[in-house]
Amino acid sequence: MNQNEFVLLITPFRDKVFRLAKRLLISTEEAEDATQEVWVKLWNKNERLNGYGSVEAFAMTITKNYCLDQLKSKRAGIMSIAHSNFTDGAPSLQQKVEDRDSLDWVEKIINQLPEQQRLIIQMRDVEHYEFEEIAKVLEMNETAIRVALSRARKTIRESMTKTHNYGIQ
Amino acid sequence: MAYNKIEILVEKYFQGETSIAEEKELTNYFSSSDVAQHLEQYKPLFGYFSLAKEQKNTQEIPQFPKSRVKKSALAWFSVAASVVVLLGIGMYVYTNNDLVNENQKLGTYDDPQIAFRETQKALALLSGHVNTGIESVQLIQEYDNSKEKIFNQ
Repeated sequence: MNQNEFVLLITPFRDKVFRLAKRLLISTEEAEDATQEVWVKLWNKNERLNGYGSVEAFAMTITKNYCLDQLKSKRAGIMSIAHSNFTDGAPSLQQKVEDRDSLDWVEKIINQLPEQQRLIIQMRDVEHYEFEEIAKVLEMNETAIRVALSRARKTIRESMTKTHNYGIQ
Repeated sequence: MAYNKIEILVEKYFQGETSIAEEKELTNYFSSSDVAQHLEQYKPLFGYFSLAKEQKNTQEIPQFPKSRVKKSALAWFSVAASVVVLLGIGMYVYTNNDLVNENQKLGTYDDPQIAFRETQKALALLSGHVNTGIESVQLIQEYDNSKEKIFNQ
């Protein structure tokens, strides 16, 4: 497989890998580094890639493992400082600002979840993977994923309600 | 749209039991303009998920080094080189052995006529040389004769 074929192969899930990395590592730069790392790892498996049922699932697994390794390593302490916000130069109305703000809140809440729940939320609610695919990537059974997903969604709901009602109740 | 249905879906959603299609339906509902007042609180959640999906990885895909391929090719080259060297040595030894064998075979003939002639020639050569030897040995016989004469007086 040459470079061009490889790029064609990874194009459909390029962004997914990046977003998953960003969900776990939070910083955009770190996520970009991780994504590059994933491509290199995939490239090194070049000849054997056809042996895998789904290259996408395989890539997602690599991403997950690599990011978790990164988080476990010493650098984890530095990374939590970097946090990207949705910077937008467009003129915003009061409502727009508020919307942005609540979207921002959702992100903050999700980023506070445990890593596993973050992975599941990212794969299910953002990328719309089937439970079966998530199970393959995370090496968990589907029931456990449903439970974790439900827990994560409920946590988000509670935190959001708390934030929205802050000072009211 | 029936709020009731959406409410059920939302409840199922938080139980983690919705299918992809149902979740799409929820996303569509919450991205529309008429969201029921009491469901308004979930709007940012679904809004965020759609927004998060828009993020793109804009960086270039790096030029991948072909080092792995090169490395294995190099390995094969060294294997091929060693095979060639071994074959060379083997062939040399083999052909040398053949030369020795051929030397040992010299002097054998397949045709009996030629063999006979060659043998006769060889024997004639040998006897000729032996005869020239004998002539000089007969000179020594003279010394012996004179010695006999002296001692038998």
